Amino acid sequence: MEVKQSQWKAWLYLAPTIILMIVFTFYPLVNTFITAFKENYNYFSGEYSGIGLGNFEILFVRSDVNPDMNFINIYLKNTALIAVVSVPISIALALIIAVALNSIPKFQKVLQTIFFLPYVTNTIAIGMVFAVMFDDKSGLVNTLVQMFGGDPIKWLGSDLGTAPYVNSLAVLLIYIVWDALPFKILLFLSSLQGIDKQYYQAAQIDGTSKLRTFGRITVPLLSPQIVYLMITSFIGAFKEYNSVISIFDNARPYGYQQNTMATIVWYIYDSLKRVDGGVGRAAAGAVVLFVIIMIITAIQSQVSKRFVHY
Amino acid sequence: MSSKVITPQSEHMNAQAMIKRERILRIIKHIILYSFLIIMAFFVIVPFYWMFLVSLKTSAELEAPIQSLFTAHPQWINYKNALSTTEFNYGRLLYNTIYVGVLSTIGSLITTILAAFAFARIKFKGSNLMFSLFMATMMIPGEMMTITNYKTVVADLKWGNTYTALIVPFIVSVFYIYLLRQTFKQIPDELYYAAKVDGTGDFKYLLKIMIPIAMPTIITITILKLMGSWNSYVWPNLVANKLEMRLITNGLRGAAFTDPETGRIAYNTQMAATVLVTVPLLLVFIFLRKYIMSGVSRSGIKG
Repeated sequence: MEVKQSQWKAWLYLAPTIILMIVFTFYPLVNTFITAFKENYNYFSGEYSGIGLGNFEILFVRSDVNPDMNFINIYLKNTALIAVVSVPISIALALIIAVALNSIPKFQKVLQTIFFLPYVTNTIAIGMVFAVMFDDKSGLVNTLVQMFGGDPIKWLGSDLGTAPYVNSLAVLLIYIVWDALPFKILLFLSSLQGIDKQYYQAAQIDGTSKLRTFGRITVPLLSPQIVYLMITSFIGAFKEYNSVISIFDNARPYGYQQNTMATIVWYIYDSLKRVDGGVGRAAAGAVVLFVIIMIITAIQSQVSKRFVHY
Repeated sequence: MSSKVITPQSEHMNAQAMIKRERILRIIKHIILYSFLIIMAFFVIVPFYWMFLVSLKTSAELEAPIQSLFTAHPQWINYKNALSTTEFNYGRLLYNTIYVGVLSTIGSLITTILAAFAFARIKFKGSNLMFSLFMATMMIPGEMMTITNYKTVVADLKWGNTYTALIVPFIVSVFYIYLLRQTFKQIPDELYYAAKVDGTGDFKYLLKIMIPIAMPTIITITILKLMGSWNSYVWPNLVANKLEMRLITNGLRGAAFTDPETGRIAYNTQMAATVLVTVPLLLVFIFLRKYIMSGVSRSGIKG
């Protein structure tokens, strides 16, 4: 009797969540998979020309946005570059800043608050600020470059001409790292404060150098956090979108660089907005992203088993 | 370290020299640490400074190839211009964002608390399976759902350009359910049995005992959810792009802020609007700093 009662009660408590998840999580998951194979699918009339791999062909072989752009040479390349460059840099920088913050006697709280500021700002808004800072003609960065006697650099492209790919990528990466630091610093700092002081005292008695202490004690003890951040940031980097549109949409009136900076998610949303058959192509992109993220998760869970030290 | 025999006197000298050396090393270490941290902090602050500075410059000043790093005559009129841009209806955007943020937070809290309670306290068949199924959805990129939800909301449910479209699809958050379940699980079973003996029902127990104990986590969820609404862009941009339905971020990104004379973006007006979008969240942060920072670090440490 008691057990039976708690059975239906549990489902009653879960009912709102389950109903919403069926409609907005489980059904979409299945439906998006199916949509990916519907060619020339019109969402609103429900018509499509056939079932097949056409959407994937467009994604990998011939793009409808620009004949020169396909998944491998634009979307995957940009996304993978963002992940491979920004993730290690932001983790390493955050770790160093956190360790430095943890070893100063004064102003720790003030500095910690400053380092946290990017977390409480709007990604789109500050992305627009970065676009203004890196503006080719009147930006802060080119002002500094010229003050030090250099020639203005084409960062984002303007009516003066297209910016080199590497320069635009650099701006994007700087912004992504800037945006990613606060959360990582906070996480490392709270973990550092939880480390038993005895480890460091023992190292000090043995006369171990600071650098060695960092490499042999701090990093291994933080390895669970490092791996956790690696996995989540890598996945996050593969979903990078807001930073791209906030920086490169702002330069759109002169708009030379946006398409070449496009990421996988950029392709998905760009396709979704196109009326004829766009949704099928967006779904194909999402399925590919899904597969990539599953592969990354699988690899990293294997790697983390080997590298987490305790 | 060294096995040299030392006389008492030289030992005394040594100790003093060592203390002195130690002190100098510590000062050098602190100089290096503080300079590094101040330089990094400077890089963090620069975009905020530049945003504010550009928002106060004249259009003529912004034409210069070498920008001044200060401005002698702040142009507060840029803020007036930003506020009078028809596409950037600040009052309306604020109202929409707060309305959607508050309602979706309430919805989130209700579903999260009920689900977390079921998973943490009630023993029922399929509990583990259900929870694993929920957790598995966290690994799936949101874009998989967004594509179909876009159709469901706009074509099937006809919710295009409504608050419902902005609120309902994002009420459930598996991550918050997980977070609150962990908190609920830490509450000792004895409390539950004691309440049972007293004849307290499950729901009353949840309201009177579990929720007050789990308040820090609930506050964390509230703050993160509200911040999420303030920053959400992609979904509102898809389903509610009508001017009077936009949320604050869409309002900012969607407005052109064109200079009528040159036809280009008026950076000063645009940055004034950006300040208006950034500052409220920064103010909230200053007042709730402790809650936000402890909340974020708590929610970050999983498992």
